[in-house]
Formats: sequence, structure tokens, C-alpha cells
Amino acid sequence: MKVDKELIKRVAENSRLNLTEYEINEFLPQLKEVLENFELIQKAPTKDLEPSFQPLEIKNITREDKIEKTLSQEDALKNTKHKQNGYFKGPKAI
Amino acid sequence: MIIQHYLKDVKKGNVSVKKTVKSILKEAKTLNKKYNCFNVISEDLALSLAEIQEKNPKGRLSGLPISVKDCICVKNVESRAGSEILKDYKPPFNATVIQKLIDEGAIIIGKTSQDEFGFGSFATNTNNIPKNPLDTERATGGSSGGSACFTQLTKNPHVSIAESTGGSIANPASFCGVSGLTPTYGLVSRYGLIDYANSLDKIGIMSKKVEELSPILDIIKGYDKKDSTSLNVKVKQDNKIKKIAIIKEAFEIDPAIKDAVLSNLKDYDVVSLPSVKKYAIPTYYIIAMAEASTNLAKYCGLRYGATLPLKGNFNSFFSEVRSKHFSKEAKRRIILGTFTRMAGFREAYYLKAMKVRTLLINEYKKAFKKYDILISPTMPIIAPNDILISPTMPIIAPKFSEIEKLSPLENYQMDILTVGPNLTGLPHLSVPTGAIGKMPVGTMLISNHLQENKLIEFGKQIEKI
Repeated sequence: MKVDKELIKRVAENSRLNLTEYEINEFLPQLKEVLENFELIQKAPTKDLEPSFQPLEIKNITREDKIEKTLSQEDALKNTKHKQNGYFKGPKAI
Repeated sequence: MIIQHYLKDVKKGNVSVKKTVKSILKEAKTLNKKYNCFNVISEDLALSLAEIQEKNPKGRLSGLPISVKDCICVKNVESRAGSEILKDYKPPFNATVIQKLIDEGAIIIGKTSQDEFGFGSFATNTNNIPKNPLDTERATGGSSGGSACFTQLTKNPHVSIAESTGGSIANPASFCGVSGLTPTYGLVSRYGLIDYANSLDKIGIMSKKVEELSPILDIIKGYDKKDSTSLNVKVKQDNKIKKIAIIKEAFEIDPAIKDAVLSNLKDYDVVSLPSVKKYAIPTYYIIAMAEASTNLAKYCGLRYGATLPLKGNFNSFFSEVRSKHFSKEAKRRIILGTFTRMAGFREAYYLKAMKVRTLLINEYKKAFKKYDILISPTMPIIAPNDILISPTMPIIAPKFSEIEKLSPLENYQMDILTVGPNLTGLPHLSVPTGAIGKMPVGTMLISNHLQENKLIEFGKQIEKI
């Protein structure tokens, strides 16, 4: 797999990050080195093993579908500057 | 004075909670100037809780001062997980652990400094870098560096609530010379934890003495319907330790550290965990970064935390906010994590890492069972192998000038001894058992899932402070 500036730019765009040219140049050799280290796991003998998405077996916990106390509108909005008429205000969608 | 003695004195009315809390707040402010162990000292909250406990002492922790790692939400107290992107965020609710502690009469004194979102081994990836209490030119370790630092320095009764993803409790506990317990994955609710990696994060405890961990664990553990990964199990109370083994590969390190750990032990055998040594670091970092990159997707400057004036469309606004307020290390981890989850790479990295995790769990489980078969041929039954032992860190606390020279990969490799139990959700305890010069060396004890009692029992026997 080729790790180059184009790949970093593509991944950054997917991650909603604008990287400067300086950051891209700095990250390129670092990410190459880390990804080379990640390659080590390809040699691990995992035939017939199931993936462990959690370290312990965990059963789904579902709750009853009933109304419970939740955050008030005021509390939900108190940490943002972007609000209007009791709603979050966002950037233009179109 | 250990916390158990203090709690008894409070109950008997022999000490004033208000005086103790005022004393620790004053101490915290003074120490913070030199060591940067707190991001916030929650004086108003602490004094109001102290007032209540002074008038009407109630609960098993009545009047006990507790500091809390910044990534755990405390109602109306800035909780930013060491990140600029959560600047000024004051949660409108308490994390379950915080509510449980307050309900038992504990006093929350502040939020301790840490690497941004836990992204680091030295607590240097943040704008408030804690300093090692034994040598201010050295790091505290990370990411729960502020918790370890203050736990070592305070002269008042106190414990700290910390958090570990890949070693963030054991590592700073070792570097600062305190006890650090990381419980079994799922034993302590994570509701209200500002998450790093969901299949890895655990909330735990730091204290000066090992015996101080038990009363806190008793309170914070337990099923929580608000956390979908919370374990709903009964823990068998069994403190009996039959066999201990040292992990062979973990002692292939600096002979001085090896000696500092082994000199405290007797009657042990040696067990080999070759797959943990080979694969734990890349497996851990693939999983941690993949999960971190999805968790960090929610920070976009809209609902809470740092922001910018609204301008442009959704994507350009979110990208601007994230690019301005995430640190370099957060960006690096987002890029790497996103990469390992992208179409075409997911199978080779993310899914493969999940399978390697199974391989490592099996290797540990085998050690906890099979090892005794090999070394106890005269025994009539197969005794479980109770505790595996290794040094917590391969080095003593490094100087800041040494950390600056490390590449990101070299930084990640510092977690070589702690990522194994973290990846597999095994409980582990770092105990101060020696020193090289004035710098502490920790011994790490690992047990099978849900056997924290054995760790605490054995830790009490070997701790040296």
C-alpha cells in the first residue's frame, strides 16, 4: 500500500480536517512508520478465530420503551453559543 | 493517615470535614502552581458538599476529598478531557461514578490534568502539562498524570478517580509512586465518561496505599442501566492466592528495573506470552485509533465546546472548527483511525485487529489455567494461576527533553507492558515497590477478569512506600 500526500489528504477530508501543507509534510513519514508497524498483525495466526469487538462477552442491554426524565431544553442548550428560539442553530445546509 | 482512619474519625465527629476540605483546597492551589496537576479546582462545589457533610455526615465516604480525571463529567464543572475543543463545556449531569461518590458523602475537589482525550503516555499532549512530583524536569506519565501527581503530593486524606484505555492509570501510578487500579472492563459504569475508545475505556482509582482502593471500588463498581456495556454479574469474593508467575517477555528490559521488581518477590514461576509481546501494540493502536476517530466525529463546534462564528456550509464549518481546536496528536490519531476503517482497508486492519484481540485473550486465559499444570505436577488439582506480574513501565519517568525527541511510534511503544491487559479487559494494579535513585518503579499485577480482590490482597503484601 502506498502512503503518500494524496492518501493523507483524502483521509483528512473524510475526517473533516483541513491539514496545512506543513502538517501533511510532518505527518507523512510518521504515518508511514506507524502503518508499517500496524502491518505486523497480518502475520498473527487468527484462522478460525472470531473477532472480539469487546474484551468480555457483553449482552445487549435494552430498556423498556417508555418516557423517562431527560435533559431539559435549557440544559441541552446551555453549552452552545449557536442557538435560536430554543433550538441549535447550525451552518447552512444547502 | 489512610482514608479508612479519616472516615472513622469523621463518623465519630473527631475531625471537621470543612477544615479538611479547606486544607486540601489550599494545598491543591499551592501545588498546582508548581506541578499543574489540576485543570480546574472546584472550590464552590467542594465547599458546598463539605457544608452538607459537616452538618449531617452521611454515607460510607462522608467528607472524603476526591479528585477526578478531567474526562469524567462533573455537573456544572468544566470537563474538557484535556482538550481545547471542549473548552468551557460544563456538563449538565454527573457521570454515574461521580453521582455514586457524592451520594456516599464524597467531596469532589477538582478535575485533574491529562493528555487530550487520553492520547498519550506522558501527559504532554495537552496545554496544561503536569510535572513529576519527585523531579519536575520529568513527566508524570499519562494520560492520568494529574491524578497520580496530586495523589503522591497531598498530605490530606484523598483518592483520585482516573481512567485507562491502554495503560493510563498504571503508567502514571508507576512513574509517580502511587497505587493505581484498573478494574475489569465493564465493572465500573462509564456513563458520563468523555470517551476515547469504547471497547477499551475503564474508570479506576489511584491512592497512596493499596488498601485505600477497596472502599472506593466497592462503591463505584456495579451494573448501570445507563451504560450498555456495564457488566451485570456478581463478583465472587475470593482473596486466596495460590500461584504467581512472572511474565518472561516483560523482564527483557533494563536490569535495574528488573531487579527493583524481582527483589520484592518470592515463590514465583515464569510464564511466556509471546503473542502479547509481538502483537499487542499494533492491535491496541489500531482498535484505539479506529474507535477514537469515530468518537471524535461528534466535536464540531455546534452543541458544546469551542466554536467559531457560523459561516460556510456544514462541512466547511465543521472542518474549520475541528482543524483549529484539535491538537496535532488528535489529528494524527483521527487520520490513522479513519484510514483503518476505510473501505478496502477495514478487513486488513480493523477486523484483523479484533481477531488478534481474541488470540491475546486466549493466551492470557491459557496462562491463568495452564501454567499451573506445567509447574505443579505434585498437586492433585489444577490450581488457577492467580496473578501475573511484570514491571508497569520499561523505563523510569523520562525527562521532558527526552520525550520531545521521540517519534509518534516510539511514544506508542512505551505502552508495551500495559496494552496487553487493557486490550483484553483484564484488571491490573500498579504498586510502588522500589526506586532507581529517587524515581519510583512500579510492579504491575494482572489477574483474571473480576478478581480485583486478589490484586489488592497481593498488592498490600508487596507495596513499599
